[in-house]
Amino acid sequence: MPVVALENVTKSFGALTVLDGVSLAVEPGQVVAVIGRSGSGKSTMLRCINGLEQIQSGRIEVAGHVLENNKTALRELRQDVGMVFQSYNLFPHLTVEENITLAPRVVKKEPLAEAKATARNVLEQVGLSEKIDAYPEQLSGGQQQRVAIARSLAMHPKVMLFDEVTSALDPELTEEVLRVMEGLAKAGMTMMLVTHEMGFARRVAHVTVFMHKGKVWESGPSERIFSDPQTPELRQFLASGLK
Amino acid sequence: MIRSFGWNEFLILLRATEWTILLSLISFAGGGALGFVVALARTAQHKTLRWIAVAYIELMQATPVLMVLFLVFYGLGLFGFDIPPLIAASIALIVYCAAFLGDIWRGCIEAIPKQQWEASEALAFSRWQQLRYVVLPQAAKISLPPTVGFLVQVVKTTSIASIIGMVELTQAGRFVNNATFQPIKVFSAVALIYFVLCYPLSLWAQALERKMNAGRRA
Repeated sequence: MPVVALENVTKSFGALTVLDGVSLAVEPGQVVAVIGRSGSGKSTMLRCINGLEQIQSGRIEVAGHVLENNKTALRELRQDVGMVFQSYNLFPHLTVEENITLAPRVVKKEPLAEAKATARNVLEQVGLSEKIDAYPEQLSGGQQQRVAIARSLAMHPKVMLFDEVTSALDPELTEEVLRVMEGLAKAGMTMMLVTHEMGFARRVAHVTVFMHKGKVWESGPSERIFSDPQTPELRQFLASGLK
Repeated sequence: MIRSFGWNEFLILLRATEWTILLSLISFAGGGALGFVVALARTAQHKTLRWIAVAYIELMQATPVLMVLFLVFYGLGLFGFDIPPLIAASIALIVYCAAFLGDIWRGCIEAIPKQQWEASEALAFSRWQQLRYVVLPQAAKISLPPTVGFLVQVVKTTSIASIIGMVELTQAGRFVNNATFQPIKVFSAVALIYFVLCYPLSLWAQALERKMNAGRRA
Protein backbone atom coordinates (compact mmCIF):
# COMPACT_ATOMS: atom_id res chain seq x y z
CA MET A 1 0.00 0.00 0.00
CA PRO A 2 1.41 3.39 -0.93
CA VAL A 3 2.43 5.81 1.86
CA VAL A 4 1.28 8.77 -0.19
CA ALA A 5 -1.49 8.54 -2.77
CA LEU A 6 -2.92 11.41 -4.77
CA GLU A 7 -5.95 10.78 -6.93
CA ASN A 8 -7.03 13.33 -9.48
CA VAL A 9 -6.13 16.28 -7.25
CA THR A 10 -7.00 19.78 -8.42
CA LYS A 11 -6.03 23.02 -6.79
CA SER A 12 -6.43 26.58 -7.96
CA PHE A 13 -5.62 30.00 -6.60
CA GLY A 14 -8.56 32.04 -7.83
CA ALA A 15 -8.75 31.67 -11.58
CA LEU A 16 -5.28 30.15 -11.78
CA THR A 17 -5.26 26.36 -11.88
CA VAL A 18 -2.11 25.13 -10.20
CA LEU A 19 -2.80 21.42 -9.96
CA ASP A 20 -4.86 19.95 -12.76
CA GLY A 21 -5.82 16.39 -11.97
CA VAL A 22 -2.65 15.09 -10.35
CA SER A 23 -2.45 11.40 -9.48
CA LEU A 24 0.58 9.69 -8.05
CA ALA A 25 1.61 7.11 -5.51
CA VAL A 26 4.69 6.77 -3.33
CA GLU A 27 5.53 3.32 -1.98
CA PRO A 28 7.17 2.73 1.40
CA GLY A 29 10.89 3.36 1.27
CA GLN A 30 10.63 5.04 -2.09
CA VAL A 31 12.38 8.30 -2.90
CA VAL A 32 10.44 10.41 -5.38
CA ALA A 33 11.93 13.52 -6.93
CA VAL A 34 9.59 16.13 -8.36
CA ILE A 35 11.07 18.34 -11.02
CA GLY A 36 9.69 21.03 -13.28
CA ARG A 37 9.77 24.71 -14.04
CA SER A 38 8.81 27.36 -11.51
CA GLY A 39 5.05 27.60 -11.46
CA SER A 40 4.55 24.03 -12.63
CA GLY A 41 2.78 23.24 -9.34
CA LYS A 42 5.43 21.04 -7.75
CA SER A 43 5.78 22.94 -4.46
CA THR A 44 2.03 23.42 -4.24
CA MET A 45 1.53 19.69 -4.64
CA LEU A 46 3.90 19.04 -1.75
CA ARG A 47 2.13 21.61 0.41
CA CYS A 48 -1.24 20.00 -0.33
CA ILE A 49 -0.02 16.66 0.96
CA ASN A 50 0.17 17.87 4.57
CA GLY A 51 -2.71 20.29 4.24
CA LEU A 52 -0.75 23.55 4.19
CA GLU A 53 -2.79 24.25 1.07
CA GLN A 54 -6.36 23.11 0.56
CA ILE A 55 -7.31 21.17 -2.51
CA GLN A 56 -10.50 21.78 -4.48
CA SER A 57 -11.16 18.25 -5.52
CA GLY A 58 -9.61 14.82 -5.62
CA ARG A 59 -8.34 12.65 -2.81
CA ILE A 60 -5.10 12.52 -0.86
CA GLU A 61 -4.19 9.71 1.47
CA VAL A 62 -1.05 9.78 3.59
CA ALA A 63 0.12 6.98 5.87
CA GLY A 64 -3.41 5.69 6.28
CA HIS A 65 -4.95 9.12 6.91
CA VAL A 66 -7.35 10.54 4.36
CA LEU A 67 -6.72 14.27 4.06
CA GLU A 68 -9.84 16.12 5.11
CA ASN A 69 -10.70 19.57 6.28
CA ASN A 70 -11.00 18.67 9.92
CA LYS A 71 -8.45 20.22 12.24
CA THR A 72 -8.04 17.24 14.54
CA ALA A 73 -7.73 14.77 11.67
CA LEU A 74 -5.29 17.10 9.94
CA ARG A 75 -3.05 17.22 13.01
CA GLU A 76 -3.09 13.42 13.21
CA LEU A 77 -1.96 13.25 9.61
CA ARG A 78 0.75 15.86 10.09
CA GLN A 79 2.30 13.87 12.92
CA ASP A 80 3.21 11.27 10.32
CA VAL A 81 4.48 13.72 7.71
CA GLY A 82 7.74 15.61 8.12
CA MET A 83 8.31 18.73 6.08
CA VAL A 84 11.47 20.69 5.41
CA PHE A 85 11.29 24.14 3.84
CA GLN A 86 13.52 26.17 1.57
CA SER A 87 14.05 28.81 4.28
CA TYR A 88 14.70 26.32 7.13
CA ASN A 89 12.16 28.05 9.41
CA LEU A 90 13.83 27.08 12.67
CA PHE A 91 12.42 28.75 15.76
CA PRO A 92 14.94 31.55 16.41
CA HIS A 93 14.14 31.95 20.11
CA LEU A 94 14.97 28.32 20.91
CA THR A 95 18.21 26.37 20.99
CA VAL A 96 18.82 23.52 18.58
CA GLU A 97 17.78 21.02 21.25
CA GLU A 98 14.62 22.97 22.09
CA ASN A 99 13.78 23.28 18.40
CA ILE A 100 13.92 19.52 18.11
CA THR A 101 12.20 18.58 21.37
CA LEU A 102 9.37 21.12 21.16
CA ALA A 103 6.99 19.28 18.83
CA PRO A 104 7.44 15.83 20.44
CA ARG A 105 6.80 17.36 23.85
CA VAL A 106 3.94 19.66 22.92
CA VAL A 107 2.21 17.62 20.24
CA LYS A 108 2.99 14.04 21.30
CA LYS A 109 3.28 14.80 25.03
CA GLU A 110 6.58 12.91 25.21
CA PRO A 111 8.40 13.15 28.54
CA LEU A 112 11.34 15.57 28.41
CA ALA A 113 13.97 12.85 28.92
CA GLU A 114 12.62 10.82 26.03
CA ALA A 115 12.41 13.87 23.76
CA LYS A 116 15.98 14.80 24.64
CA ALA A 117 17.22 11.30 23.87
CA THR A 118 15.50 11.46 20.50
CA ALA A 119 17.04 14.89 19.88
CA ARG A 120 20.52 13.51 20.47
CA ASN A 121 19.82 10.65 18.07
CA VAL A 122 18.51 12.74 15.22
CA LEU A 123 21.26 15.34 15.67
CA GLU A 124 23.82 12.60 15.36
CA GLN A 125 22.05 11.44 12.24
CA VAL A 126 22.53 14.86 10.64
CA GLY A 127 26.05 15.18 12.05
CA LEU A 128 25.49 18.15 14.35
CA SER A 129 25.74 16.69 17.83
CA GLU A 130 28.12 19.43 18.96
CA LYS A 131 25.58 22.17 18.08
CA ILE A 132 22.94 20.98 20.50
CA ASP A 133 23.04 24.16 22.61
CA ALA A 134 23.50 26.64 19.77
CA TYR A 135 20.86 29.10 18.62
CA PRO A 136 19.84 29.01 14.94
CA GLU A 137 21.47 32.36 14.17
CA GLN A 138 24.82 30.92 15.25
CA LEU A 139 24.63 28.27 12.54
CA SER A 140 25.36 28.37 8.81
CA GLY A 141 22.47 27.91 6.39
CA GLY A 142 23.47 24.33 5.74
CA GLN A 143 23.63 23.57 9.45
CA GLN A 144 20.25 25.22 10.01
CA GLN A 145 18.74 23.09 7.28
CA ARG A 146 20.22 19.94 8.81
CA VAL A 147 18.70 20.91 12.16
CA ALA A 148 15.37 21.44 10.39
CA ILE A 149 15.65 17.92 9.01
CA ALA A 150 16.48 16.62 12.50
CA ARG A 151 13.50 18.51 13.91
CA SER A 152 11.20 16.72 11.47
CA LEU A 153 12.82 13.34 12.11
CA ALA A 154 12.19 13.68 15.85
CA MET A 155 8.47 13.24 15.17
CA HIS A 156 9.23 9.82 13.63
CA PRO A 157 7.42 10.62 10.39
CA LYS A 158 6.37 7.94 7.93
CA VAL A 159 7.19 10.19 5.01
CA MET A 160 9.36 13.29 4.63
CA LEU A 161 8.59 16.14 2.25
CA PHE A 162 11.46 18.35 1.09
CA ASP A 163 10.46 21.61 -0.56
CA GLU A 164 13.47 22.95 -2.50
CA VAL A 165 15.54 22.58 0.63
CA THR A 166 18.86 23.50 -0.96
CA SER A 167 17.68 26.40 -3.13
CA ALA A 168 18.81 29.01 -0.60
CA LEU A 169 22.26 27.45 -0.10
CA ASP A 170 25.56 27.87 -1.90
CA PRO A 171 27.03 24.74 -3.56
CA GLU A 172 29.22 23.74 -0.65
CA LEU A 173 26.42 23.92 1.90
CA THR A 174 24.09 22.25 -0.60
CA GLU A 175 26.42 19.25 -0.61
CA GLU A 176 26.27 18.76 3.16
CA VAL A 177 22.47 18.87 3.16
CA LEU A 178 22.22 16.49 0.21
CA ARG A 179 24.56 14.06 1.97
CA VAL A 180 22.20 14.00 4.95
CA MET A 181 19.24 13.39 2.65
CA GLU A 182 21.05 10.62 0.86
CA GLY A 183 21.78 9.01 4.21
CA LEU A 184 18.07 9.15 5.06
CA ALA A 185 17.17 7.60 1.72
CA LYS A 186 19.63 4.78 2.28
CA ALA A 187 18.15 4.21 5.74
CA GLY A 188 14.82 3.52 4.06
CA MET A 189 12.94 6.75 4.70
CA THR A 190 10.06 7.41 2.32
CA MET A 191 10.79 10.77 0.76
CA MET A 192 9.33 13.23 -1.71
CA LEU A 193 11.56 16.05 -2.79
CA VAL A 194 10.90 19.02 -4.98
CA THR A 195 14.32 19.88 -6.29
CA HIS A 196 16.42 21.60 -8.90
CA GLU A 197 19.37 19.32 -8.14
CA MET A 198 19.05 17.11 -11.19
CA GLY A 199 22.20 15.12 -10.45
CA PHE A 200 20.91 14.30 -6.98
CA ALA A 201 17.47 13.35 -8.29
CA ARG A 202 18.98 11.05 -10.88
CA ARG A 203 21.36 9.39 -8.44
CA VAL A 204 19.20 9.08 -5.31
CA ALA A 205 15.53 9.14 -6.33
CA HIS A 206 13.96 5.87 -7.38
CA VAL A 207 11.26 7.66 -9.28
CA THR A 208 11.29 11.11 -10.86
CA VAL A 209 8.12 12.99 -11.64
CA PHE A 210 8.19 15.81 -14.17
CA MET A 211 5.43 18.34 -13.64
CA HIS A 212 4.28 20.72 -16.30
CA LYS A 213 1.24 23.02 -16.34
CA GLY A 214 -0.12 21.54 -13.13
CA LYS A 215 -0.05 17.98 -14.43
CA VAL A 216 2.20 14.99 -13.97
CA TRP A 217 3.60 15.25 -17.48
CA GLU A 218 5.94 12.35 -17.32
CA SER A 219 7.15 10.03 -14.59
CA GLY A 220 9.12 6.85 -14.22
CA PRO A 221 12.38 5.40 -12.91
CA SER A 222 14.82 8.29 -12.55
CA GLU A 223 17.44 6.79 -14.80
CA ARG A 224 14.90 6.44 -17.62
CA ILE A 225 13.46 9.96 -17.10
CA PHE A 226 16.87 11.58 -17.37
CA SER A 227 18.42 9.39 -20.08
CA ASP A 228 15.38 8.84 -22.25
CA PRO A 229 12.73 11.58 -21.85
CA GLN A 230 9.60 10.81 -23.86
CA THR A 231 7.92 14.19 -24.12
CA PRO A 232 9.32 17.24 -25.89
CA GLU A 233 8.58 19.36 -22.79
CA LEU A 234 10.76 17.20 -20.56
CA ARG A 235 13.49 17.04 -23.21
CA GLN A 236 13.47 20.82 -23.41
CA PHE A 237 13.42 21.20 -19.62
CA LEU A 238 16.38 18.86 -19.18
CA ALA A 239 18.30 20.58 -21.95
CA SER A 240 17.74 24.05 -20.47
CA GLY A 241 18.53 23.07 -16.90
CA LEU A 242 22.19 22.19 -17.16
CA LYS A 243 22.45 21.57 -13.44
CA MET B 1 -4.22 82.56 55.04
CA ILE B 2 -1.71 82.20 52.28
CA ARG B 3 0.97 79.57 52.63
CA SER B 4 4.10 79.60 50.58
CA PHE B 5 5.38 76.62 48.65
CA GLY B 6 7.86 74.84 50.90
CA TRP B 7 8.93 71.38 51.95
CA ASN B 8 5.57 70.50 53.53
CA GLU B 9 3.73 71.41 50.36
CA PHE B 10 6.19 69.35 48.36
CA LEU B 11 5.47 66.41 50.66
CA ILE B 12 1.78 66.76 49.85
CA LEU B 13 2.65 66.42 46.19
CA LEU B 14 4.83 63.39 46.86
CA ARG B 15 2.09 61.70 48.81
CA ALA B 16 -0.34 62.30 45.97
CA THR B 17 2.24 60.82 43.63
CA GLU B 18 1.60 57.49 45.28
CA TRP B 19 -1.91 57.61 43.83
CA THR B 20 -0.54 58.50 40.42
CA ILE B 21 1.75 55.48 40.59
CA LEU B 22 -1.04 53.24 41.87
CA LEU B 23 -3.41 54.35 39.12
CA SER B 24 -0.66 53.86 36.53
CA LEU B 25 -0.01 50.33 37.73
CA ILE B 26 -3.70 49.43 37.81
CA SER B 27 -4.23 50.88 34.32
CA PHE B 28 -1.20 49.13 32.91
CA ALA B 29 -1.88 45.77 34.54
CA GLY B 30 -5.59 45.79 33.75
CA GLY B 31 -5.07 47.31 30.33
CA GLY B 32 -2.33 44.79 29.64
CA ALA B 33 -4.53 41.83 30.55
CA LEU B 34 -7.46 43.11 28.49
CA GLY B 35 -5.11 44.29 25.73
CA PHE B 36 -3.66 40.79 25.44
CA VAL B 37 -7.16 39.48 24.80
CA VAL B 38 -7.75 42.29 22.27
CA ALA B 39 -4.48 41.47 20.46
CA LEU B 40 -5.41 37.78 20.28
CA ALA B 41 -8.90 38.60 19.03
CA ARG B 42 -7.49 41.05 16.49
CA THR B 43 -5.21 38.35 15.04
CA ALA B 44 -7.69 35.47 15.38
CA GLN B 45 -8.87 33.37 12.47
CA HIS B 46 -12.46 33.92 13.53
CA LYS B 47 -13.84 36.80 11.45
CA THR B 48 -16.37 38.08 13.98
CA LEU B 49 -13.79 38.14 16.75
CA ARG B 50 -11.42 40.11 14.55
CA TRP B 51 -14.17 42.51 13.62
CA ILE B 52 -15.11 43.15 17.25
CA ALA B 53 -11.47 43.83 18.13
CA VAL B 54 -11.06 46.23 15.20
CA ALA B 55 -14.21 48.10 16.18
CA TYR B 56 -13.05 48.36 19.78
CA ILE B 57 -9.58 49.59 18.87
CA GLU B 58 -10.84 52.12 16.32
CA LEU B 59 -13.51 53.46 18.66
CA MET B 60 -11.08 53.91 21.55
CA GLN B 61 -8.35 55.44 19.47
CA ALA B 62 -10.77 57.98 18.03
CA THR B 63 -12.24 58.98 21.39
CA PRO B 64 -10.53 61.36 23.84
CA VAL B 65 -9.76 59.40 26.95
CA LEU B 66 -11.41 62.19 28.92
CA MET B 67 -14.75 61.35 27.29
CA VAL B 68 -14.31 57.72 28.28
CA LEU B 69 -13.66 58.87 31.81
CA PHE B 70 -16.78 61.10 31.86
CA LEU B 71 -18.90 58.29 30.46
CA VAL B 72 -17.69 55.90 33.14
CA PHE B 73 -17.91 58.37 36.01
CA TYR B 74 -21.15 60.22 35.18
CA GLY B 75 -22.69 57.52 33.01
CA LEU B 76 -22.50 54.83 35.66
CA GLY B 77 -23.58 57.49 38.14
CA LEU B 78 -26.80 57.93 36.16
CA PHE B 79 -27.57 54.27 36.61
CA GLY B 80 -27.30 54.73 40.33
CA PHE B 81 -23.79 53.41 40.73
CA ASP B 82 -21.94 55.77 42.98
CA ILE B 83 -18.37 54.92 42.11
CA PRO B 84 -15.33 56.47 43.72
CA PRO B 85 -13.01 58.45 41.42
CA LEU B 86 -10.18 55.87 41.72
CA ILE B 87 -12.46 53.11 40.45
CA ALA B 88 -13.90 55.26 37.66
CA ALA B 89 -10.45 56.37 36.55
CA SER B 90 -9.17 52.79 36.72
CA ILE B 91 -11.98 51.49 34.53
CA ALA B 92 -11.58 54.30 31.99
CA LEU B 93 -7.82 53.94 31.75
CA ILE B 94 -7.93 50.14 31.57
CA VAL B 95 -10.37 50.34 28.69
CA TYR B 96 -8.18 52.96 27.01
CA CYS B 97 -4.86 51.17 27.57
CA ALA B 98 -6.30 47.88 26.36
CA ALA B 99 -7.09 49.36 22.96
CA PHE B 100 -3.62 50.84 22.49
CA LEU B 101 -1.68 47.90 23.92
CA GLY B 102 -3.89 45.52 21.94
CA ASP B 103 -2.98 47.37 18.76
CA ILE B 104 0.74 47.51 19.62
CA TRP B 105 0.80 43.81 20.36
CA ARG B 106 -1.22 42.97 17.25
CA GLY B 107 1.61 44.56 15.27
CA CYS B 108 4.16 42.44 17.12
CA ILE B 109 2.22 39.22 16.46
CA GLU B 110 1.85 40.12 12.79
CA ALA B 111 5.58 40.85 12.57
CA ILE B 112 6.39 37.17 13.10
CA PRO B 113 7.05 35.71 9.63
CA LYS B 114 4.34 33.42 8.29
CA GLN B 115 6.98 30.71 7.80
CA GLN B 116 7.08 30.35 11.59
CA TRP B 117 3.37 29.57 11.53
CA GLU B 118 3.85 27.14 8.66
CA ALA B 119 6.77 25.31 10.22
CA SER B 120 4.86 24.75 13.44
CA GLU B 121 1.69 23.88 11.54
CA ALA B 122 3.61 21.22 9.61
CA LEU B 123 4.79 19.84 12.97
CA ALA B 124 1.12 19.26 13.88
CA PHE B 125 0.78 22.11 16.38
CA SER B 126 -2.70 23.38 17.12
CA ARG B 127 -3.35 27.08 16.64
CA TRP B 128 -3.08 27.68 20.37
CA GLN B 129 0.19 25.69 20.59
CA GLN B 130 1.60 27.74 17.72
CA LEU B 131 0.79 30.94 19.61
CA ARG B 132 1.93 29.69 22.97
CA TYR B 133 5.28 28.15 21.98
CA VAL B 134 6.33 29.77 18.72
CA VAL B 135 4.67 33.09 17.96
CA LEU B 136 4.02 34.79 21.30
CA PRO B 137 7.52 34.27 22.75
CA GLN B 138 9.01 35.94 19.69
CA ALA B 139 6.34 38.64 19.62
CA ALA B 140 6.85 39.36 23.33
CA LYS B 141 10.50 40.10 22.72
CA ILE B 142 9.88 42.70 20.04
CA SER B 143 6.96 44.16 21.98
CA LEU B 144 9.11 45.26 24.92
CA PRO B 145 10.37 48.65 23.67
CA PRO B 146 6.99 49.95 22.44
CA THR B 147 5.25 48.59 25.53
CA VAL B 148 7.60 50.33 27.94
CA GLY B 149 7.32 53.44 25.78
CA PHE B 150 3.55 53.30 26.12
CA LEU B 151 3.89 53.05 29.90
CA VAL B 152 5.20 56.63 29.80
CA GLN B 153 1.95 57.68 28.13
CA VAL B 154 -0.04 55.87 30.79
CA VAL B 155 1.70 57.68 33.64
CA LYS B 156 1.03 61.06 32.05
CA THR B 157 -2.54 60.21 31.11
CA THR B 158 -3.44 59.45 34.73
CA SER B 159 -3.47 63.23 35.26
CA ILE B 160 -6.96 63.36 33.73
CA ALA B 161 -8.28 61.62 36.85
CA SER B 162 -7.88 64.99 38.56
CA ILE B 163 -10.93 66.22 36.62
CA ILE B 164 -13.29 63.90 38.44
CA GLY B 165 -11.76 64.81 41.77
CA MET B 166 -9.22 62.10 42.35
CA VAL B 167 -6.37 63.54 44.38
CA GLU B 168 -3.45 62.29 42.40
CA LEU B 169 -0.39 64.36 41.53
CA THR B 170 -2.07 66.91 39.26
CA GLN B 171 -5.06 67.46 41.54
CA ALA B 172 -2.76 67.81 44.55
CA GLY B 173 -0.88 70.44 42.56
CA ARG B 174 -4.09 72.37 42.07
CA PHE B 175 -4.87 72.19 45.78
CA VAL B 176 -1.40 73.37 46.72
CA ASN B 177 -1.61 76.15 44.16
CA ASN B 178 -4.96 77.28 45.54
CA ALA B 179 -3.36 77.58 48.93
CA THR B 180 -0.12 79.22 47.85
CA PHE B 181 -0.87 81.14 44.63
CA GLN B 182 2.56 80.20 43.38
CA PRO B 183 1.61 78.39 40.18
CA ILE B 184 5.06 78.54 38.59
CA LYS B 185 6.73 76.91 41.55
CA VAL B 186 3.93 74.44 42.21
CA PHE B 187 3.40 73.24 38.69
CA SER B 188 7.13 73.16 38.02
CA ALA B 189 7.40 70.81 40.96
CA VAL B 190 4.49 68.72 39.65
CA ALA B 191 6.08 68.57 36.20
CA LEU B 192 9.41 67.61 37.73
CA ILE B 193 7.83 64.71 39.58
CA TYR B 194 6.18 63.47 36.37
CA PHE B 195 9.55 63.78 34.68
CA VAL B 196 11.28 61.76 37.39
CA LEU B 197 8.63 59.05 36.98
CA CYS B 198 8.71 58.98 33.19
CA TYR B 199 12.28 59.66 32.18
CA PRO B 200 13.74 56.38 33.51
CA LEU B 201 11.00 54.55 31.62
CA SER B 202 11.90 56.42 28.42
CA LEU B 203 15.56 55.57 28.90
CA TRP B 204 14.67 51.96 29.54
CA ALA B 205 12.56 51.82 26.36
CA GLN B 206 15.42 53.33 24.36
CA ALA B 207 17.92 50.89 25.84
CA LEU B 208 15.65 47.97 24.98
CA GLU B 209 15.35 49.23 21.43
CA ARG B 210 19.11 49.59 21.04
CA LYS B 211 19.62 46.11 22.41
CA MET B 212 17.05 44.74 19.99
CA ASN B 213 18.66 46.47 17.01
CA ALA B 214 22.09 45.24 18.01
CA GLY B 215 20.86 41.68 17.41
CA ARG B 216 19.37 39.29 19.84
CA ARG B 217 22.46 37.68 21.26
CA ALA B 218 25.33 39.57 19.79
